[in-house]
Amino acid sequence: MHNSKITIDGNEAAAHVAYLTNEVIAIYPITPASPMGELADKWASENRKNIWGTTPSVIEMQSEGGAAGAIHGALQNGALATTFTASQGLLLMIPNMYKIAGELTPAVFHIAARSIASQALSIFGDHSDVMSARATGFAFLASNSVQEVMDFALIAQAATLKARIPILHFFDGFRTSHEVASIEPVSTETVRALIDDDLVQAHRQRALSPEHPVLRGSTQNPDVFFQARESVTPFYQAMPGIVQEIMDRFAALTGRHYHIFDYTGPADADKVIILMGSGAETVEETLCHLNESGEKNGLLKVRLYRPFCPEALLAALPSTVRSIAVLDRTKEPGADGEPLYKDVITAVAQDQMNDNPRFSRLPRVIGGRYGLSSKEFTPGMVKAVYDELSLTQPKQPFTIGIIDDVSLTSLSWDPSFRSDASKQTFSAIFYGLGSDGTVSANKNSIKIIGDKTQSYAQGYFVYDSKKAGAVTVSHLRFGSDKIRSSYLIEDHEARFVACHQPVFLERYPMLDKAAPGSVFLLNTALPIEEVWSSLPRSMQTALIEKHIEFYVIDAYAIAQACGMGRLINTVMQSCFFALVSIIPKTEAIDAIKNAVQKTYAKAGKRILDANLKAIDAALAGLHQVAVPAQVSSTHEIPHSVSDDAPSFIREVTGEIMSGRGDAIPVSRFSADGTFPTGTSRLDKRNLALQIPVWEPDICTQCGKCVFVCPHSVIRSKLFTDDSVADAPETFKHVPVLSKAFGNGLQISYQVSPEDCTGCNLCVEVCPIRDRENPARKALNMAPQPPLREQESINWDFFEHLPEYARTGLHHNKIPEAMHLQPLFEFSSACVGCGETPYIRLATQLFGDRMVVANATGCSSIYGGNLPTTPWTKNAQGRGPAWANSLFEDNAEFGLGMRIAIDKQREYAAELLLSLREMAGAELVDTILHADQNDEAGIYEQRERIEQLKHRLSGLPGATPKYLLSVIDTLIKRSVWIIGGDGWGYDIGFGGLDHVFAAGRNVNILLLDTEVYSNTGGQTSKSTPRGAIAKFSAGGKSTPKKDLARLAMDYEHVYVAQVAYGAKDTQTLRAFLEAESYPGTSLIIAYSPCIAHGVDLSNNLRQQDMAVRSGHWPLLRYDPRAADSGHNPLQLDSQKPSIPFRDYAMTEARFSMLSRTHPDESEKFMRQSQQDVNKRYQYYRDLADKLFEKKADTKGEKA
Amino acid sequence: MNSIDLTTDYLGLKLTNPLIASASPLSRSIDSARQLEDAGAAAIVMYSLFEEELRHQEEETARFMIHQEIGFGEADSFLPFDDRFEHGLDQYLNQLSALKNALDIPVIASLNGVSLDGWVDHGKLLQEAGADALELNVYYLSSRIEESGEAIESRYVTLLEALRRQVSIPIAMKLSPYFSSPAHFIKRLDQAGADAVVLFNRFYQPDIDLDTLQVISQLQWSRSADIQLSLRWVALLYGKLNLSLATTSGAHNANDVLKLLLAGADAIQLCSVLLEHGPAFLSTIKEGLTRWLETKEYAAVSEIKGLLSQKQISNPQVFERSNYINLLDGYSRSEGVRS
Repeated sequence: MHNSKITIDGNEAAAHVAYLTNEVIAIYPITPASPMGELADKWASENRKNIWGTTPSVIEMQSEGGAAGAIHGALQNGALATTFTASQGLLLMIPNMYKIAGELTPAVFHIAARSIASQALSIFGDHSDVMSARATGFAFLASNSVQEVMDFALIAQAATLKARIPILHFFDGFRTSHEVASIEPVSTETVRALIDDDLVQAHRQRALSPEHPVLRGSTQNPDVFFQARESVTPFYQAMPGIVQEIMDRFAALTGRHYHIFDYTGPADADKVIILMGSGAETVEETLCHLNESGEKNGLLKVRLYRPFCPEALLAALPSTVRSIAVLDRTKEPGADGEPLYKDVITAVAQDQMNDNPRFSRLPRVIGGRYGLSSKEFTPGMVKAVYDELSLTQPKQPFTIGIIDDVSLTSLSWDPSFRSDASKQTFSAIFYGLGSDGTVSANKNSIKIIGDKTQSYAQGYFVYDSKKAGAVTVSHLRFGSDKIRSSYLIEDHEARFVACHQPVFLERYPMLDKAAPGSVFLLNTALPIEEVWSSLPRSMQTALIEKHIEFYVIDAYAIAQACGMGRLINTVMQSCFFALVSIIPKTEAIDAIKNAVQKTYAKAGKRILDANLKAIDAALAGLHQVAVPAQVSSTHEIPHSVSDDAPSFIREVTGEIMSGRGDAIPVSRFSADGTFPTGTSRLDKRNLALQIPVWEPDICTQCGKCVFVCPHSVIRSKLFTDDSVADAPETFKHVPVLSKAFGNGLQISYQVSPEDCTGCNLCVEVCPIRDRENPARKALNMAPQPPLREQESINWDFFEHLPEYARTGLHHNKIPEAMHLQPLFEFSSACVGCGETPYIRLATQLFGDRMVVANATGCSSIYGGNLPTTPWTKNAQGRGPAWANSLFEDNAEFGLGMRIAIDKQREYAAELLLSLREMAGAELVDTILHADQNDEAGIYEQRERIEQLKHRLSGLPGATPKYLLSVIDTLIKRSVWIIGGDGWGYDIGFGGLDHVFAAGRNVNILLLDTEVYSNTGGQTSKSTPRGAIAKFSAGGKSTPKKDLARLAMDYEHVYVAQVAYGAKDTQTLRAFLEAESYPGTSLIIAYSPCIAHGVDLSNNLRQQDMAVRSGHWPLLRYDPRAADSGHNPLQLDSQKPSIPFRDYAMTEARFSMLSRTHPDESEKFMRQSQQDVNKRYQYYRDLADKLFEKKADTKGEKA
Repeated sequence: MNSIDLTTDYLGLKLTNPLIASASPLSRSIDSARQLEDAGAAAIVMYSLFEEELRHQEEETARFMIHQEIGFGEADSFLPFDDRFEHGLDQYLNQLSALKNALDIPVIASLNGVSLDGWVDHGKLLQEAGADALELNVYYLSSRIEESGEAIESRYVTLLEALRRQVSIPIAMKLSPYFSSPAHFIKRLDQAGADAVVLFNRFYQPDIDLDTLQVISQLQWSRSADIQLSLRWVALLYGKLNLSLATTSGAHNANDVLKLLLAGADAIQLCSVLLEHGPAFLSTIKEGLTRWLETKEYAAVSEIKGLLSQKQISNPQVFERSNYINLLDGYSRSEGVRS
């Protein structure tokens, strides 16, 4: 390998070439392709040039559909244009892709291939998205590794210009897009040499121009469409030759020679696997190993999948092949084989019909599915496929990598099988906390080793689905040969295992990964003499049996002492280099110091010095622990769920929680993607270092703490004196202060200690201070560990106390409303999340009759990402029913729910009327005319429906049965459409607007973080002017879209803009009004987010400042008011009382711009102040306007 | 009007007049700095390079820009980190250079901090970036009852000495009035190499919000009446030390400026008044100053400087225990009256 190698991931490799070779780049965020757009945007904002010396124009669109449309327009006007996407995003581009290809327009789309949402969403990699686009007319080029991504990005660009057929260049999402690897870069000179400017000119000549006008995109009729469609065929026929020619020219420039089908293996192979994508790397690694023992296994890598060239495929295969397994990383339910399999078998069968077929007899061709949603594909699985090919009756079709005990398609494999590569590479695995810097430190280590040595390096990072307290597992490999292991480090492979958080010892059997004689490094605050006994038995056993060298360090103490707080990345990285001998220790330490210099130079000298100090301190603080000969521990890694949990919870949820999801067989899953709710309570994560402690003696029982808690861990409840007779000794309760409840009622505010994240917001909001000691509030934080056990017992007792009757509480008063049971609890949202209190509030008020349509985004991830869900139910088994359709369609999805409910209610009413006499006229009439506008009304209706069900069950005929199937819709249902600003302001706005117009009774909760939070902070149309965000690195220059104003324009939509941190009573009132409004309601909820660059312990302060500065006016627009002659608009916040700047500069999203673009920052601050003033005046004027009562139109003639 | 000589010596710099724009946000913008120069400012003190602010910026950068990952697969960062990102110090140095390029008047850089931990090193960088002088603003408030006044004073002197070793340009010490013996302390500073003292600084002061029972911090703009503290100490110190004397806090009009000059100030720094009325207001003050000198037939600022300082006046005790003296004087006869 040349010393010129670089260490990057697949996304950067693609973006690098795409940026160099294009002029217009239209982008939209979607995992795992977002980093490509982010990089392009960043480079453009830094004025980086393409190979023609100009900075490409990068524009973010409102959706992938928009991006494709913009690209189409750019291409038609002669620009070189590209985009990046994945999954659903690619599906949205398909209509334009037909057009772009149909018009023979050169372009390359780079795709980080990802699963399409079906029974569930998945962000991980497979080919179901690209396969969905294979009929568009685009050519398909598949990259199998990071090196190939960079190479093929260029080959694709050069080939498309010559062939005029657009190319979809794809690589596996996450496995390749996010794998960090050492590669030989494609130089700008190579790019320059391969891109033919004459072809660029030719493309420009074909552009639309009024100087030589043409019409393109005509409407054709039956007489000509068919023929015209056939006119492109010669271009497709020529394409494979052109791609090969470009590959040959590329080889001449770089020495890396690719073919449209690349065969690897002996020339006389009898068994061949055909596939594309990163799995091909694992197959190649494995076949080399297998063939050493005399097997004749081959591999055919499909590079150019479309246009499919059977001749080239057959020519590449040895004529000796007897059996072929075609592996597809996709599933087409109902098809008689997956796409690549069918292409191959068609090619082979058709060839066999020729006079001189390639094979003396038709080889057996079988097709199998593997690796869906980044499912592991290991050497053991590859071997199983080759073994299957040896059988006389191999399975057809088959799956590999799962246990299919339903359709019996799966092949079994030997999980202990390893290829030689595992011995030749040095593998290391690190268990870190998401926010402790482990991943970035490991990326840095890979870079150091990649740059300092001749070694090849590979890094792959497995992330948690949680946002708070996430766990990351870093898989690093180093080797003298190219690393083809596109799978995770397997058991007994890792020569270095690091545990960066001692709490993980309770959760992960991490030493299963350790190889004999390996090194185990543990970060622990325990004294050395206590460390051994703190380990579970299985870990002690592994340390002894595998002769593992055991080291410890108190990284937190060192980080703290060096002034780095809880950031232990530098400390742990230094230990890694000290304990492994990949690079001489002193050289490695120097390299870390250099890297630290580079990283922290911009941060400042003090931070830099702290890190440098930490490196030296780490080496001094590293200690070896003598491993005793005998196991002595008395504890084991605990089970995730109790043995008496329901079977699904034990066999599915619990197994996923324990990290054994891969082994769950097909039969355990519901075939339609249904899961039980109420499972987040099983996952006790003990994230908090400190938890709130209630001081009943000074508490005024205002309920604000319950209101602001993002994780629903602090609850209040009312109960009778006698119900606490057997309460645990430390359970706190006092008589309720409110006179409204009379005597004899007790109240308790109880915290779930193991679910609390320690965000401090409840203490922050607590308005009560001890008169004698102002430092003491009615809630105060205290260390969690000493309280954990006691408070868990108290929590358990509290939970088992019966809920106070909903009908006995005033829902419009916060102290009382907060006694309502939350049906959204313990989500995996970020610590201090600004969104979740709104959702919890909705579930408290309406949860037992709530149906939720949830747009894809943060709320669908912390709401619906396995293994557990925070959506839960009450003691009667009622609770929100929740579903996620897509990102873009959520408003329509929710509207559909409403329409269905209304229709069914109407149908139920019709049936009920027809059964009036049989079911009891009085009961029927009462049901049909029931007033369900308050909790008591709903309660009574439920009682009546129960009575009716009972009566119906005894009635003969079909009608009662029909009625029973829809009878529950006679109880008032509350439809909630929940999503973020990326959905509501951008991709879903068209649908949202239509739902406004439709006026049906739905409640829209828009959780406005002013940025695409879930995908990493990209700009939305809600992003305020002057804020930096991804895709607006230079600060957003246009003001935030005023969605409230747009919705109010309809005049029949209830609109509220709320921020509970500024005025909780207004928020509560808005929720009640919105739900009671019989038409469409929109609540735009200000939601501070980590993407704002402010610690969320300041969440409430930020909301308050946003309101006081006028950035976030509080308002309610109730169309009902107009009916009584009142102005429907109520402005609930005062005139801006602090400068916008004072609010903005407390958040890094605004303040950082003053460090990069001070003049623009200054300008934006001035403009934003004007925006604020203008908006306030607009709303003030509107709210102050005398309102004339609507003319009574009842008597008017049509 | 042109016949009046307004020049003054301050910090070894020959200034065209005694009016200096004090450290304020006005120096953050080249435009407003130019307006100050156009309005007649003789020098400009840059906004302060705050030790705490730099530290805050560093921590903010580390927290929100360098360590953004939370371990979530869909997002390893949330805010774009622009390569043009400037460390607060670099930004200050660049602004200093830009001001030097844009202005003809001297630019005085301002360092505000209390620790020896590195930031004194910044002085050298400021000198290299073209600062004509440094103003060292040390506001150290000890809450440790073990720490004596002497120890606190020594801390200031140590800082000054450390900075003196780093730079060759003049150094002004901007002080608070809270010293037991300001005169003696300023003498120590004089001996330790200070070229000027600036009397006196204003600070954020704690207050209590009676609604929330929270302690809050706020900065009040000065008023004209606030010059009296500086006036007294300038008058007391005039002519007794080698270093030059400047005042800050309270000068809002030409009369304030004249009083301070008469008391012995070499230069008068203006802040609140310029923030309140805009940079152009400096010319109004300058005109007022000139007009008064003309009216009173003084040809130069130097003629009135220190005219009413303690050293020059007949009743020097008026600057000391003056209220008490006034009381006594109420009973005194004229010296010309026999018993």
